[in-house]
Amino acid sequence: MRQALLDVRRLSVRIPVEAGTLHAVRDASLAIGRGETLCVVGESGCGKSLTSLAIMGLLPPGAVRSAELLSFDGEDLLRAPRSRMRALRGNRMAMIFQEPMTSLNPAWTIGEQLAEPFLHHGKGDRRQARDRAVELLERVGITAAASRLVQYPHELSGGLRQRVMIAMALMCGPELLLADEPTTALDVTIQAEILRLLARLQREMGLALLLVTHDLGVVAAVATRVAVMYAGEVVEEGPAEAVFGAPRHPYTQGLLRCIPIPGETPRGQPLGTIPGSVPSLVGGFESCAFRDRCPHARAACAEPVAERMDAAGHRWRCILEPSG
Amino acid sequence: MLRFALRRALLALAVGLAVSAIAFLLLRVSGDLAAAIAGEDAPAAEVERIRAQFGLDRPLLVQYAEWLGRALLGDLGRSLFYPQSVSALILDRLPNTALLATLGLLLALLISIPLGVAAAIGRNTWVDRLALGLAVLGQAMPNFWFALLLIIVFGLMLQWAPISGSEGFASFILPAVALGWFSAPVLMRLTRAGMVEVLSADYIRTAHAKGLPVRTVLFKHALRNAIVPVVALASVQFGNMLSGSVVIETVFALQGIGYLAWESISRRDFPVVQGILLVVALFYVVLTMVADLLNAWLDPRIRRAA
Repeated sequence: MRQALLDVRRLSVRIPVEAGTLHAVRDASLAIGRGETLCVVGESGCGKSLTSLAIMGLLPPGAVRSAELLSFDGEDLLRAPRSRMRALRGNRMAMIFQEPMTSLNPAWTIGEQLAEPFLHHGKGDRRQARDRAVELLERVGITAAASRLVQYPHELSGGLRQRVMIAMALMCGPELLLADEPTTALDVTIQAEILRLLARLQREMGLALLLVTHDLGVVAAVATRVAVMYAGEVVEEGPAEAVFGAPRHPYTQGLLRCIPIPGETPRGQPLGTIPGSVPSLVGGFESCAFRDRCPHARAACAEPVAERMDAAGHRWRCILEPSG
Repeated sequence: MLRFALRRALLALAVGLAVSAIAFLLLRVSGDLAAAIAGEDAPAAEVERIRAQFGLDRPLLVQYAEWLGRALLGDLGRSLFYPQSVSALILDRLPNTALLATLGLLLALLISIPLGVAAAIGRNTWVDRLALGLAVLGQAMPNFWFALLLIIVFGLMLQWAPISGSEGFASFILPAVALGWFSAPVLMRLTRAGMVEVLSADYIRTAHAKGLPVRTVLFKHALRNAIVPVVALASVQFGNMLSGSVVIETVFALQGIGYLAWESISRRDFPVVQGILLVVALFYVVLTMVADLLNAWLDPRIRRAA
């Protein structure tokens, strides 16, 4: 099997809360090869953002990360000291966030914030940093790039700020880019532009992209692989065409019925919904987390569910036999 | 930034003018000045003579215009008690108060900012509780009592520093400690609150995501944003210190503005009181302007908001 650039096995994130421990991410396994796009989908609170933060080592204070394996380009990140993580972050692995309005520091110019990772990671001097910043701003579609460098974040719109965030993440030429719902906070018209931009940059720069989103339309267009998360678990993961073409997990099937497909879904036909709500993740449990909402639930679902995998590398957590 | 500075300067000028009018009026409404100057048992004719001599029988506006015109030229009138002019008196005492206030402020900032940052980082740990304890200690002790403690321990028992007078730098140490200690707690709590808020901001996570060292994240990204309210408060406190802490100056027998003001009020030496009032008020006006400019430099959003 090829060596994945990022290999995550059985990642768990626990957050102590008043009522006990919140098992926010449970045994999540993911892998991304160089130049691949992995989309992580799932509803709010399913642990997809925490998964990406855990990979970067940026979990909020109090949250505890554990895993069987967390390796980046063959390097064990679980045992990497903080200084090593800092040397990788912003350099070989970069991240952009959900909230472009608040993710840039209001007190420093765009130019200063763009130059920062470049200078800190020793990629060159201030003049080179400036040139690189202008080049990347142009590349992410910002006009009058040179004049933007002296502007402050509050002088830019949300869409522009997210473009700046993307340019900032690319300053050191990372191999892996984690994008945590990069368009959720933006206007719908801007969302598509930003996603197209990410997809183009991913292709052009050969990035490995981990894109966290709940926009399945986007996923279908850009993903090499798809991971579906539910209640802190990766319930299904595999090549995009397999997950979309032959979804194995009832949750994925339900999720796909919730989105209209242009040209296929007849006008006026009601979209699907998934009844019920996500179980509490405080305390943790052994059974299938989707059991209470699943149309196929049976007694055996109360037992721990083993992960199954087919020859194409399509994995899922369900006891149902695949039916066509 | 230049336009912002210009606008702030104009505003300061307007406030300065208003303040001068208030300083002038406050004393006039406090009672009959001529009677006060003449003394308690002076005959009515004597009071009237003094009223005419000091020009107190003219319309208020005329008196104010004359006073302001002279004040602009540095002439604040003559003391009724001291042989010197009011300007000479103030200039004589001001360096003492200025040195004391500057030392006090520096000390307060040196205690409060590092402690506030440390408390925010170690939130709800022993560091935080220690800082809170010190803050309570600083605020709960009346400053004259703390000053007396300093005198007893460092002046009398250990004999490290002189306990009274305003000769030489050393005699400013204990008063400055007393002054700084008293204003440090509020600055510290404000620094802590600001840092706690800023440290949970999204852009701090961005800074970490860039792989920046903790030092850079704390001081370049966090403190600059957290310090804005602290600057505003520090300028007011510096104003308080510059207007002279009567208590501290009295306890340490330091010949400063506060002491002079207190003396002059009890003697109804109204030209001196008026002069001090004006000078102190102008300090506040200038300090507020400086704080605004400093904050506009720290946080570019302020430049546009004004």
